[in-house]
Amino acid sequence: MSDFEPKVIVFLCNWCSYAGADLAGVSRYQYPTNIRTVRVMCSTRVSPHIVLELLKDGADGVIVTGCHPGDCHYINGNYYTEKRMDLAQRLLKMTGMEPERLKLDWVSASEGEKFSHLIQEFVTKLKEIGPNPVSKDKKLVTRLEAAVDASKYFRLKVLTGKDINLTSKGNVYGETLKLESLDEIMAKATEDEYRNSLILQLTNHKAYSVKELATEIGEPTDKTLEHVVSLRAKNMLALDHIEGTTPKYKAITIGGA
Amino acid sequence: MTNKVGAVMVVGGGISGVQAALDMADSGFKVYLVEKKASIGGTMAQLDKTFPTNDCSMCIMAPKLVAAGRHQNIELITNAEVEMIQGVPGDFMVTLKKNTLRVDEEKCTGCGECAIKCPIETSDEYNEGMKKRKAIYVMYPQAVPLVFCIDKNKCIGCGICHEECKAKAIVYDKKSEALEIPVGAVILCPGFEEFDARLKKEYGYGSYKNVVTSIEFERILSATGPFFGMVLRPSDGEVPKKVAFIQCVGSRDEKVGNTYCSSVCCMYAIKEAIIAGEHTEGLKPYIFFMDIRAVGKEFEDYRERAEKEYGITMYRGARVASVEEDPLTKNLTLRYSYEGESRSEDFDMVVLSVGLKPPEDADKLAKRLGIKLNKHGFCDTSIYDPLSTSRPGIFVSGAFAAPKDIPTSVAEASGVASKAGAIIAPARNTLVVKQSFPEEIAVEGQEPRIGVFVCHCGINIGGTVKVPKVVEYAKTLPSVVYAEENLYTCSSDAQERIKEKIKENNLNRVVVASCTPRTHEPLFQNTIKEAGLNTFLFEMANIRDQCSWIHMHEPEKATEKAKDLVRMAVAKSRLLEPLKTSRLEVNHAAVVIGGGLAGMTAALDIADQGFSVHLVEKTGHLGGYLAKLPLVEGGMKPKDHMDHLIKRIRESKNITVHLNNEVKDVTGFIGNFKVKLKDVELDAGTIIAATGGLEYKPTEYLYGQDPRVMTQLELEDKLAHKTFHGKNVVMIQCVGSRNEQVKYCSRICCAHAIKNAIEIKKQSPTTNVYVLHKDIRTYGFREDLYREAGQLGVNFLRFPEGTMPKLEKKGDNLEIVVPDVMLREDVLLKPDALVLSTGVRPNPDNVEIAKLMKVCGSKDGYFLEAHMKLRPVDFATEGIFLAGLAHWPKFIDEVIAQASGAAARAMTIISKDQLETEGIIAAVNDDVCNGCGICDPVCEYKAIVIVQDPSNPDKRKAVINEGLCKGCGACVAACPSGAMEQKGFKNDQMYAIIDAAFTGGK
Repeated sequence: MSDFEPKVIVFLCNWCSYAGADLAGVSRYQYPTNIRTVRVMCSTRVSPHIVLELLKDGADGVIVTGCHPGDCHYINGNYYTEKRMDLAQRLLKMTGMEPERLKLDWVSASEGEKFSHLIQEFVTKLKEIGPNPVSKDKKLVTRLEAAVDASKYFRLKVLTGKDINLTSKGNVYGETLKLESLDEIMAKATEDEYRNSLILQLTNHKAYSVKELATEIGEPTDKTLEHVVSLRAKNMLALDHIEGTTPKYKAITIGGA
Repeated sequence: MTNKVGAVMVVGGGISGVQAALDMADSGFKVYLVEKKASIGGTMAQLDKTFPTNDCSMCIMAPKLVAAGRHQNIELITNAEVEMIQGVPGDFMVTLKKNTLRVDEEKCTGCGECAIKCPIETSDEYNEGMKKRKAIYVMYPQAVPLVFCIDKNKCIGCGICHEECKAKAIVYDKKSEALEIPVGAVILCPGFEEFDARLKKEYGYGSYKNVVTSIEFERILSATGPFFGMVLRPSDGEVPKKVAFIQCVGSRDEKVGNTYCSSVCCMYAIKEAIIAGEHTEGLKPYIFFMDIRAVGKEFEDYRERAEKEYGITMYRGARVASVEEDPLTKNLTLRYSYEGESRSEDFDMVVLSVGLKPPEDADKLAKRLGIKLNKHGFCDTSIYDPLSTSRPGIFVSGAFAAPKDIPTSVAEASGVASKAGAIIAPARNTLVVKQSFPEEIAVEGQEPRIGVFVCHCGINIGGTVKVPKVVEYAKTLPSVVYAEENLYTCSSDAQERIKEKIKENNLNRVVVASCTPRTHEPLFQNTIKEAGLNTFLFEMANIRDQCSWIHMHEPEKATEKAKDLVRMAVAKSRLLEPLKTSRLEVNHAAVVIGGGLAGMTAALDIADQGFSVHLVEKTGHLGGYLAKLPLVEGGMKPKDHMDHLIKRIRESKNITVHLNNEVKDVTGFIGNFKVKLKDVELDAGTIIAATGGLEYKPTEYLYGQDPRVMTQLELEDKLAHKTFHGKNVVMIQCVGSRNEQVKYCSRICCAHAIKNAIEIKKQSPTTNVYVLHKDIRTYGFREDLYREAGQLGVNFLRFPEGTMPKLEKKGDNLEIVVPDVMLREDVLLKPDALVLSTGVRPNPDNVEIAKLMKVCGSKDGYFLEAHMKLRPVDFATEGIFLAGLAHWPKFIDEVIAQASGAAARAMTIISKDQLETEGIIAAVNDDVCNGCGICDPVCEYKAIVIVQDPSNPDKRKAVINEGLCKGCGACVAACPSGAMEQKGFKNDQMYAIIDAAFTGGK
């Protein structure tokens, strides 16, 4: 395992973290060569699906960095970054991939040393947990694909996008929601959308029964049935055939096969 | 033709000077920014964090420094001092002495190889001597300009730096030179110096290792400081458990000759205490102070949080008599008086909150320039003209005129830009650089032809990364038709080469692999633009700061990484598209809302530069609260100043006054607003909100029920008419401020009460006056009033935080009971006049006006600026500005300076004929967008509107206002349908760069 060199993508916001990474260079704080940096104007640009896709495609780790809360060059961009990375992290946990592979941290323009430490520690951690298992675990890939799909869903986009309105500025009734209660809603929605996506991923090529799906997605059969019902109602899943007493379902692909 | 010179000189490159320079340069004037040191940045560059937001100082300041360094209308003249100014306003000749850096500024690339090799170490001023630097050095890593200089006093002349410098920039015998520069106006921002704590011998600074000054402590807190942000004792490197902050060191102190209050120390001490506690576990800060002067916006919240949330112990009203060191442990014993008794307590470390004093050479500077200083040695100004020195055409901003905080300095800096601009307005755009570029080559539809230029940066890159290998590798990448290496890709001859190669090879994309785009991207973009390419057809790979410098001991891996970084840049480059920045016509008029002091001042400033202004006032007359201030202040009655302004407004042909009117609707955006009043619709390029504040009308203390109870404004009126005859006067401070309902401090009540108290004593020396207070917050030179009142026999009684004096009516007598902190018992007073120092309240109209203009309000009901520190008069919504009490309670001089500041910021817009939109902005794919509107709330700039699709009545869609979009990409990540794209960071471009990161070796 000692010769394993993790491949890490680091997103840097233009105004704070990129400058912090530069300062690490100017100050000659050495750190491992495992990272490749991608500059974005604001960390808010990094969609959850981008980081999930990176992990699905074999990156051993992904770090997203931005200005410290309150310092954002674009006023509040990093607030959304945090929400979006929360979502990505939640989904990641559901897929069973090590959540340590995704990290969000704040690096200011004067934190060259912190940046260097961040990279060192992250790379050390990855060496401990080993290479990204996707190449050996086809099922994990499917689950990650489901996570990517889920992260793009309208419902989750709404919840992350409107967060600030709901929790601080006030909703359409002028009420503000408690962060915890929105969090709970978010957690439930994320779980639902992930399971739905996973069912669709699985049934894309092959028909599954409720029982089979239940084993795959790790939910009791009654809950699984609920998912199947809701997907059918959305016209995304169709009954394929019945084997004995067991109905089997297949995803409806747009354009039809 | 005008005989005015369309240029200005800004003396001093701190935050104030930089802001003044940027505002002048953005308004069509040439700027010479003269700095005494080798780099600009001033004191702010040394700070770790800023209060009350705990923003990282360097993060928020660096973009401004870079902007000033790169602005084509700003010429930086560093290491230089003003010798003499001759001539008249509009036509000065300034003589400068430019001291030699012994480094050729044109050639130095800032790579720093010289400093690494230099054998001489000396103490580093930037880190207050707690770290070392070399004899050839740059002040700090992010310095602008990034040019090294030789400290001749330390240099031994060994010649190593010359040998090491591949750019041949070292010139040992480079001479200092005298420069003569014609300008129309001069702005002085030389800043301040810290009080020399050695003069307070009783605190032992200089002999006790663990007694440090606040600025040293600031460096200790900084991640780039001596201890990398950890708080350690200088004596033994141990983490201190108990740290004491002693306030007013060199301020409010007759013994050392500084009677004024330094205004900022209370807040910075609180900040340093909070950060110290955050950085270092188990560290307990204690602050010893006389009065805590938390008068600024949301400062009082910050103070309260410091005590309640961060557990900082505050000894209010404590005076520290002495500090003694235990010679063995180096611990420190403080002796102090607190609540009337003498105490002592041991600490591990002591921070002295040193005051601000005028720059050391202020006397000489004043003599050379022919300007007056005040009795404290700061630049002399008047309340009604706070930005002018005694010499016409020479202006002042920042701490040189009085100690002040960053936002006030920045607002003033914009303010002086307005004042200086008024003198040379006829010569606008006469001296600015207008770069002309060849017509843009159309590249749409062409196959990408990429040129890659890889920089050695002397040995900074080449010493680690095998540059020739990277070049060879680049040549193998798809679409790359040319690649070469350069010793310094940023040198001027390299720019010519890049242009040649573009022509020779028909390149339509350029990639430079060198240092950081933060500093160098604009240079290369300009180069390719000169060759006819759209500036957005450029991409950079950072193989120095983020590769060679951090992998110095792994040349093989660093080379591989450099190849990867080049491949990633090339992959993105292949998909780059020329981006159009559109030009929007600008309406040259301004709308100013509010006809009080702020609104009138701003309107006149704008009119003075020849632009038309609509001044909208809700009531039937101009003047606002000035009309209620009949007592002489600063040599004149505020009311007389008001009459003077009203007269000038009436006479101005540029100002249209709309009385008894109000704003009903605001549409449009920066450069093109439509402001609808009751009767008329106005077109304007910019809007200033100066809607003022209100005096709090108390419900407590029998106000309105007993004729002996009055507010300070009512007292002032009586005093002015000599109809006040009280013999036992009690004033109660903080009525309607700093309580459970209204937590903030209203800033002006202390000085107002004392002004009235002094007037009472002058009219009737035998009258007893008691001022009951929690703190007396006469910051700055207003401290003189406090002293004067004390000398005249005004009694000051402090009551504890969280209590208020109690009033009872016994028969016909008023009886006040107040818990006196010093006596530790209740004191009974029987006033025949009870004066309530009532706070300021926000104008309730702000809520509606904020909605109309789509701007934000603060938690206390005032307007919320774009950034508390560095954009104090801007709203986040572009093109709209704020000034006066609409922003926060403040004094006359502060209102005037801020109003001029808002005027200057507004004129950076309306002085232009056209505004260029940003290139990197969001774009909507109409076919995909279904108008769900999720993007709308995440946009902080209100740049997105959801509209009905004109071609399809059933469809809604998002539309980007290109004038407002700043290109952060928040909407792109929010969009559920993938309809939103960020130009320059499009999905396919992002994926290309990410995919390329993985395809290495495949």
